[in-house]
Amino acid sequence: MKIEIITPDKKFFDGEIKSVRVPGKKGSFQVLKDHAPIISTLEKGLVRMVDLENTEIIYEISGGVIEVKANKIILLADSVI
Amino acid sequence: MANLKAIRIRITSVKSTRQITSAMKMVSAAKLRKAQDKIVRLRPYANKLHELLVDLSNSLSDSEVENVYGRVSPPEKVLIIVITSNRGLCGAFNANVIKETRRVISEKYSDQFRKGNLQLLTIGKKGFDYFRKQKMNMLPEQNNLLLDLTFENVNSAAEQIMKSFTILEFDRVELIYNQFKNAAVQNLTNEVFLPVETAPAGKRNTTPTDYIYEPGKEEIIKELIPKSLKIQFYKAVLDSFVAEHGARMTAMHKATDNATGMIRDLTLLYNKARQSTITNQILEVVSGAEALRG
Repeated sequence: MKIEIITPDKKFFDGEIKSVRVPGKKGSFQVLKDHAPIISTLEKGLVRMVDLENTEIIYEISGGVIEVKANKIILLADSVI
Repeated sequence: MANLKAIRIRITSVKSTRQITSAMKMVSAAKLRKAQDKIVRLRPYANKLHELLVDLSNSLSDSEVENVYGRVSPPEKVLIIVITSNRGLCGAFNANVIKETRRVISEKYSDQFRKGNLQLLTIGKKGFDYFRKQKMNMLPEQNNLLLDLTFENVNSAAEQIMKSFTILEFDRVELIYNQFKNAAVQNLTNEVFLPVETAPAGKRNTTPTDYIYEPGKEEIIKELIPKSLKIQFYKAVLDSFVAEHGARMTAMHKATDNATGMIRDLTLLYNKARQSTITNQILEVVSGAEALRG
């Protein structure tokens, strides 16, 4: 799965991952391979990604939007703390 | 013929001026590159956000979402945001913005201006100084936005403006600034910031993806519209900032060229003057010797 984390100031992350857990408005949820297309707004919280080597990468964002479509994730974060 | 010493002093002074202008050109070039990077990094975010918004408004075509930022009413109270620079020496950069603002005020909003319903918000000291002298109705200036240009800082300014629009303080907000085209060219831009035009331009016939919306379409749109407004505002400030450095770089480049030309002319003049004094001296010596011999 490809994910891009973009803030207005820079592109924070761009790469292949196995899964990602994001802080959705209605509760945190996890996106795995072949997730159904979804657009969700995000709250302040942690974004936990697991990359291909099974290492966990954690970012804290202050809110944003996520779009998942055909194994391509775009996460527009307001800012990464 | 001007005296030698005066010309020599002139040459030295022009030379030191040239040194300053060429250093300023260098500094602007470096700052330009840095600021340009920021715009380049903003672009993917802005594009993606726009795409999302278009996608959403397409799938939402019929059910009108109530949008506080789209309130269209006769523009009785107007706010004009004037973005200039904090420093001068950048050619016609600031003068152009000021001229356009004056034109907009006198042509488009003369009624509102007479009734005192027109306010100005300046970002940049140059515009602020000018309009303060004109005794315009001004909101507190935001000049230090340009000192530390980050999204967070601009964000709070944008939020204030958007809030004053929603509580009916203004009916229309316009932006006047220099848009960056390339280092030598700035496009003077006057765009409407609020109200937002919601109608998406022409539906694209891409197969609509069946998205799950969380928490719901309306909520997402409600959150995305202010976000894209803030991005628009940030982009305007950033554009103007980049354009400023571009303008200064070009202006300083021209100044350096002019100084070089001036030094050449002055050196020529100096050598001519020097030669003619030498000729004069030789003549005097020769004629003196001639007189003695006679």
